[in-house]
Amino acid sequence: MTLHLAVDRPPADDLPVLVGRRGYRSTLLSAVLSNRKATVGAVLTLIFTVVAIVPSLIAPDDPNAEVFNRFLGASRHHLLGTTAYGQDIFSQVIWGTRQSMLIAALVGVLSTVLSVLIGVSSAYLGGVADDVLSVITDVFLVIPTFPLVIVLAAYERNGGLWMIVAVLVVTGWSYGARQLRSQTMSLRNRDFLESARVRGERSLYIIVREVLPTMTSLIVANFLGAALYAVLAAAGLQFVGLGDVNTVSWGSMLYWAQNNEALQTGQYLWALVPGICIALLGAALALLNYAFDEISNPALRPQRRIRVRRRAA
Amino acid sequence: MSDAALLEVDGLTVDYLTSEGAIRAVSDVSLRVGPGEFLGIVGESGCGKSTLLFAIAQLLTPPAAITAGSVDFKGHDMVTLSGRALRELRWRDFSVVMQSAMNALNPVLTIEAQFADVMRAHGMGDRVAIRKRSEEVLELVGIDPVHLDSYPHQLSGGMRQRSMIAMAMVFTPDLVIMDEPTSALDVVAQRSLMVQVKELQRQFGFAIVFVTHDMSLVSHFSDRLIVMYAGQVAEAGPTRRVFDQPLHPYSQGLLEAFPSVRGPRRELLGIPGSPPDLAKLPPGCAFQPRCGQAMPACTTVDPELYQIDETAVRCLRHQPAEVAHV
Amino acid sequence: MSERLLEAGPLLETHALTRHFRIGNALSRKTLHAVDDVDLKIGRREIVALVGESGSGKSTVARLLAMVYRPTSGQIVFEGRSIDTLRRRADVLAYRRAVPMVFQDPFSSLNPSYPISHGLLRTIALHRPELHRARRRQAAVEVLEQVGLVPGETVLDRYPHELSGGQRQRVGFAQALAMRPKLIVADEPVSMLDVSIRIGLLNLMATLRAEAGVSILYITHDIASARYVSDRIAVMYAGHIVEIGPTESVLADPRHPYTQLLLDAVPDPRAPLGVSSDSDIGEPPRVVDPEPGCRFRWRCPVAIDRCATVDPILATVGPGQEAACHVAQQAVASGDRGPR
Repeated sequence: MTLHLAVDRPPADDLPVLVGRRGYRSTLLSAVLSNRKATVGAVLTLIFTVVAIVPSLIAPDDPNAEVFNRFLGASRHHLLGTTAYGQDIFSQVIWGTRQSMLIAALVGVLSTVLSVLIGVSSAYLGGVADDVLSVITDVFLVIPTFPLVIVLAAYERNGGLWMIVAVLVVTGWSYGARQLRSQTMSLRNRDFLESARVRGERSLYIIVREVLPTMTSLIVANFLGAALYAVLAAAGLQFVGLGDVNTVSWGSMLYWAQNNEALQTGQYLWALVPGICIALLGAALALLNYAFDEISNPALRPQRRIRVRRRAA
Repeated sequence: MSDAALLEVDGLTVDYLTSEGAIRAVSDVSLRVGPGEFLGIVGESGCGKSTLLFAIAQLLTPPAAITAGSVDFKGHDMVTLSGRALRELRWRDFSVVMQSAMNALNPVLTIEAQFADVMRAHGMGDRVAIRKRSEEVLELVGIDPVHLDSYPHQLSGGMRQRSMIAMAMVFTPDLVIMDEPTSALDVVAQRSLMVQVKELQRQFGFAIVFVTHDMSLVSHFSDRLIVMYAGQVAEAGPTRRVFDQPLHPYSQGLLEAFPSVRGPRRELLGIPGSPPDLAKLPPGCAFQPRCGQAMPACTTVDPELYQIDETAVRCLRHQPAEVAHV
Repeated sequence: MSERLLEAGPLLETHALTRHFRIGNALSRKTLHAVDDVDLKIGRREIVALVGESGSGKSTVARLLAMVYRPTSGQIVFEGRSIDTLRRRADVLAYRRAVPMVFQDPFSSLNPSYPISHGLLRTIALHRPELHRARRRQAAVEVLEQVGLVPGETVLDRYPHELSGGQRQRVGFAQALAMRPKLIVADEPVSMLDVSIRIGLLNLMATLRAEAGVSILYITHDIASARYVSDRIAVMYAGHIVEIGPTESVLADPRHPYTQLLLDAVPDPRAPLGVSSDSDIGEPPRVVDPEPGCRFRWRCPVAIDRCATVDPILATVGPGQEAACHVAQQAVASGDRGPR
C-alpha cells in the first residue's frame, strides 16, 4: 500500500500532514507516470510484451526458415540482415522475444507464489513451522545458484522451456521468501492483525486477506526481481547451449552466433542485437523495480512530495 | 520583563515547502526566556510546538524552513549563524532533549561510550576527564554511575530518559530545550523526573523551554506558559495566571478536558471537533469552528495577539476597545 | 450499588488467573510472572477500570480475557461457564462475539489497505450471520453513527489514513459494538489521543454503557480518567491486583500504599502547587522469577517484616473494598480503620 509502508510507527508529534484523498489505484498510475524511471521501464516492458504477444504482426517471416541469402547485412528486406544459415535476424529477434518474456513471466509468477507461501506462512505461523520452513529457505538460499542451474540443466538434456523455468524457480524463490518473512515478522504484532484474530478470523484468512494486501509493493518488487533474474539467467543457460537450441530465443541466437564466430567474422548484428535486447528488457525490469521502491518508500523519493504525518488528534 | 533575555524569538514563521504550496506550521511566534526561567509550551497535535522547538534549536531539515522572524540567543542571531559557530554554541550554551529520547540512545554502545561521543564532539578530549564528568552528571540525575558500563536495554525507560537529561547537562548549558521528555514514562516516573529537572534547575540556574501536550504536567513547574494552536500562540502568560484565569476559549477548553482525581466528579465536555489541517485553515480565527464562544466577526477577522496585563491572548473577545479593527 | 450488580451473578469472573512467560535463552531460563492469581469480577452494565503502570500486567489480563493468550493456570468464567471448556469453533466464536477488544494504537488497529467498511463488514458477517448482505452495510452504518461518526455512509468508504486518531478509535468501538457484545475489553483506548479528544471517547464509553447496556473493562495507566468513567476500580501492580473496590471509595480512602503513590503522582492543574520531595523514581516492578513476599515492598514507605516473606492477598478493608497489603489488613484487624 503505497501510502502506508512509510507509517510503520506512530509519527512524530506535530508535523503537518497532507492527507491524500485518492484511492490506491489512481495513486499507482499517477505514481508510475510521475516517476521517470517507472515510465521508461513501463513503456519498454509494454513494448516487449506487445511484441511477444503478436510477433507475426511485426515480423511475418518464419524465423527458422533458412531460405534467405546468407551473411547479408542490414537492408530494406532484412532490417537486421541474415544469419550464417540464411535466417532473417529481425524475425528471429522479434519471435525470440516471446521466449524471454514467457520465461520472465512464468518464473516471476511461480517464484513469487512460492516465496509468498513459504515466507509469509513461516513468519505468521511461527514456532516449529517457522523453524522448518526457515531451514529449507536457508538451504536453497545458500546453494550457489549458477553452478546448480548448470548442473540441473545439463542433467535434463532435453532442455526446453519448462526445464528452464523449473530450474530458475527452484533456485530463485528463496531470496524473496526471506524478504517476505522479515516483512511479515515486523507486521505480526500489528494491532489490526490481532484485531482480526480476536474477532475470530481463521489463520488462513488472516494471512491471505489481512497480511498480504499490506505487502503488495514488496510482492510486486519480488516479482520484478525474479523476472529480471530469469531473463538474464535463461539467456545465460541458452547461450551455453543448455536450453533448446532449436527454439528461437535471444539466448539461442547468441549460442548460434557464437558457434559461427559471428563477432570475429564481422556479423555484428547477429552477435550484438540479441544481447542488446536482453539488456534492454533487463533494464526495463530493473527500472520498474527501482521505481516501485521509490513509490512504496517515500523516504527514497527525491524531495518533491512531502508527506509528513502527525500524532493522533 | 527581564532586560537581558537569554533567548528571544521574534515573529518566527516556519513553512513546509511542498509541491502543493507552503504549509505554515509556525506562524508569527514571539517569546522570551530569561536566565533561569522555565517556559512551558503546550499544545496538541499539529499545533506547531515541536516545529517551533526544532526551529529554535536550528534543527529543521528540508522541506521545513524558517521563512520569517529571528531567533536571538545570547546575542547571536541563530538563523544566520554559520555551521561552525552553531556547533560551538551547541551543547555548551544550549542543549536539546528530544522526545522519546530513550529511543535515541544507540543500542550497541554503552552509556559511557555515548557520553564520551558527545563530549568529544564538543571539545573535550581527555578520557579521565570525560569519565569523571559522566559520573558527575549521572549522579546529578539520580543514576548510580555504575550504569555507565550498561547498555541502554539494561536500563528502564525512566533511567534512559534521565541519562539523556544528564547528557544534556554535561557542559552545564544556559538553556535546555526539552521536547516531551516524559511522554513515554509512567505517571510516577514522570513526576519524579519533573521534580528532578526542577531541582537541577534550582541548582544550576539554567533556563528551560519545555514542550508538552500534557498541560497538567507543566502546571506545577513552569514559570510562564504558552498555549499554541494551529501554529500560532493562542495564549501566553504566567503559569498560575493562565491556569486560574484562562482567557482563550481553547485554553479554557483544554483545562476542562482534564478529569480530576480530587474534588467532585462531574461530566466534562472536552473540545468538539479536532485540530485543523494546517493546509486548510478556516478563514478568520483558526479555533473558531470548535469555539463555543465564537462571534460573527470570528469567521472573518484573524485575531492578533492582544496584551491584557501580563497575559497575551489571541481572541477577538479580548480585543482592547481602543484598537480599531478593519 | 455495585454490590447489587454483582449479586445478580457477575458477567465475567476470573479465579486465580495466572499467566507466565518463559524468557531468556537455553542457558538462563527465567519466568516472567505477568499476571499472578488475579480474581476479578465484572458485572452487567458496569464499567470497571483496571489501573496500573507498564509491567503491571493489565494488558496481559486484557489479552487473557480476549482469548489471545491461554492462562497458565486459573479460570475465566463467563456467564457461569469456564471458557477453557470451549472447544467447538461455534462456542469460541460465541464468546468472541460477547467479549471483543478495542486496541490502544489508532495507527495500527485498522488495516491500512482497506476502507473502514472492511473490518466492520467482516465482523458483522462473522458474528451476525442472520443478517443477509443487504442489511449488513446498513448495520455497519448504524454502529458508526452510534459512536458518533456521522454520516456513517461516508465514513464507511474512507481509508484509515483519512481519519483522525480519535475517529479511528471510534471505529474500533464501532467494530466491537457491531457484534452486540456484553463486555468490551478496552486496552488503553485513549492513551494515544490528544487530551481534548480523550474526553469525547470517555463520554462515549459511558454512553455505550447507558444506552447499549454493555459492560466495559477500561484498562489504563491514567487514574484520573479511570475515576471519570468507572464504577469500580482495580489497581494492579507486578501482576497482582493490589486494591479493588468502588471507585469513589478507593480514591477517597486508598488503603494500599501503591494506590496512594499513584494518586500523589497525578498532576492536577486545579490543585494547589505542592511539590513534595518524592524519593520514588518509578522503577518498574520485578516480575521475573519474583521472590516471595510483597512485590511492592522495595518502594513501600510502610513495609514491615512480614511483607518480605508472606505474599499478601486481597482482603476486605472497607465496604466492598479490598486491598492486598499486610499493613492495611492489620490496621483493620486492630480496629484502627475499620470498615465504615
